[in-house]
Amino acid sequence: MLPSLGRELAPEAIPHAAFSQPVKGVGGKTGLWRFQKPTVDRNKCIRCGLCWVFCPDIAISFNEEGYPIIDYDYCKGCGICANECPRNAISMVREE
Amino acid sequence: MSTEILNGNHTAAYAAFLCDVDVVAAYPITPQTPVVELIAEFVESGRLKARFIRVESEHSAMSVCVGAAFAGARTFTATASQGLALMHEVLHWAAGARLPIVMCNVNRALGSPWSIWADYSDSAAQRDTGWLQVYCKDNQEILDSVIQGYRISEDSRVLLPVMVCYEGFILSHTYMPVHLPPREEILDYAPKKKPSWALNFDAPYTHGNLVLPVHFQHLRRQMHEAMQMARKVIVEAVDEFRKRFGRFHGALVETYQMEDAEHAIVSIGSLGAESFLAVDLLREEGLRVGAVRVRFYRPFPSEELRQLLKEVHSVTVFDRFASYGKGGMLSVEVRDALFELKDPPAVHGYVVGLGGVDVPYTVLADFVRRTVKDYAKVKRREEVIML
Amino acid sequence: MKKVPGIIEIRFHGRGGQGAVTAAQLLAKAAFLEGKWSQAFPFFGAERRGAPVTAYTRISNKPILLRSQVYQPDHVVVLDPSLFAYVNPLSGLNEGGFVIVNTSKDPKDLNIPPNFAVATVDATSIALDLKLLLAGIPIVNTAMLGAIAKATNLVSVDSVEKVILKTWPDKRGEINARAVRLAYESTRIRPAIKS
Repeated sequence: MLPSLGRELAPEAIPHAAFSQPVKGVGGKTGLWRFQKPTVDRNKCIRCGLCWVFCPDIAISFNEEGYPIIDYDYCKGCGICANECPRNAISMVREE
Repeated sequence: MSTEILNGNHTAAYAAFLCDVDVVAAYPITPQTPVVELIAEFVESGRLKARFIRVESEHSAMSVCVGAAFAGARTFTATASQGLALMHEVLHWAAGARLPIVMCNVNRALGSPWSIWADYSDSAAQRDTGWLQVYCKDNQEILDSVIQGYRISEDSRVLLPVMVCYEGFILSHTYMPVHLPPREEILDYAPKKKPSWALNFDAPYTHGNLVLPVHFQHLRRQMHEAMQMARKVIVEAVDEFRKRFGRFHGALVETYQMEDAEHAIVSIGSLGAESFLAVDLLREEGLRVGAVRVRFYRPFPSEELRQLLKEVHSVTVFDRFASYGKGGMLSVEVRDALFELKDPPAVHGYVVGLGGVDVPYTVLADFVRRTVKDYAKVKRREEVIML
Repeated sequence: MKKVPGIIEIRFHGRGGQGAVTAAQLLAKAAFLEGKWSQAFPFFGAERRGAPVTAYTRISNKPILLRSQVYQPDHVVVLDPSLFAYVNPLSGLNEGGFVIVNTSKDPKDLNIPPNFAVATVDATSIALDLKLLLAGIPIVNTAMLGAIAKATNLVSVDSVEKVILKTWPDKRGEINARAVRLAYESTRIRPAIKS
């Protein structure tokens, strides 16, 4: 079978051209690429949200108290959040 | 020098290096980028005494090449796909001005949608620009075709640019043994010339000025005649190459097991390599099959194909590009070449491998079996195939 | 699909950044050094750090005309055992072929069907001991080549070392060559059981 061309997402679009829509995880579960995962230490976190600003994969959201939650299905483990955190509250932990 | 394990792109860069090019102007594009990177390294390290001119687009790259060739410099560039398409206008200028430029084109499909994988839709679309076109089946042939390319291109009987085509990833990123002859031997085979047309401040003149229709048609006919003459020059060049370096990839075509063939495969590029394996497979089954690989697509090897295919019952042609609304242009041109035969064979054309779809030799063999089964009833077939 | 006789095909499974593509090239170079014809190529596509990648080597006594992909490898090499969770390195593998895995485990603990041979080597530990790291990732490819030499005898460990020293004629080459030797000496093998 042919892989999806994205057409089913917008049936009204040009019938035979390829396109995709901005939906979550259209590129697959990129979390599988990770070598090390960011973990948040809530004792150090000041809920500034900079990790959310810098995450290139939109893999960070906030819980009701404003602490960052990392979506490990899509976090590629690039470590930018850990690098940017002003309180060193995020550490990168090796994964097996 | 030595034999190295190189990918197709690095081979192309080595070819430019060994031909001692004077000017390189190129713009990076997948899957050609490593060609540009390695040449830049050669120039930066001083191993290649050339000007590497950075440009903002492929249109500019070819424009720089035209200028450099006008100045009498040995000129090289490389591109792929959308980059070649952007060059289109200047390709005509290069050929029309009869400039001996050699360019590698790493075959890649054109968008939309984006594809980074191989088919010949990029270079096939430039078929009529007046460039000679070679299609390679392995990395050694890339090296040797660039070297032969300078000799053929700079021959005063030809003076037309040469495009050396090889498929993206299939050759560009695949490592194979490549023998690199010493530079002196290469420059002895394809010596640099001081061209008579080189721009000269002491005796200035204008190139490419407006001409009247009658002159224009005269110049274009000369271009066609030069392309026809190139057939002879190509044969001389590859014979001399074989004598000096002991390697032969064919002149305008390469053949395999054609001596007693009853059925033939005609293909181009890396499909040609796989087609030789298909021949082995089909011969094991008792079918007398041979293969012809079109090496030069321009000038087109009409006479060679006529001679090789006049006795066969059927010809199965594999293209990696389609002319939408017609079919595979290679099969159309093969059929045209055979038109003068008294009893021309059936020609079944298949367009395969678009956008980099893998085409193993077993698939080629399947289509040949189909041709062999019904060629008596079906004289002509033109299909675009999904594998 | 019918295989072309006389061509040995090896498939490498790794993640972008671990050196699977380089390993395939080095193996091709080592085979060529021993007078064979060889070919190496990555899976054709975009390379991304950490994403699963495959690379291939072909070795033959004759020039290789194949330009198509590898569908039935004779051996597979797994640079990262975590890949078993989401790709199937055994896919298409010929009966009796080697599965060569970077792991601290013994071959018999890997749960690989008996019709395949298994070789294991702790390439990650070797790389960490020798400080073979790139951007924080242990570079295990050269160690895996030592295991390939030991398990398959396709190339000698000497040829692999020679190629590495020629490719990196400096300290890097020496350390990588040491990784090859250490892996070669510590590779554990479970032969295939003929059914």
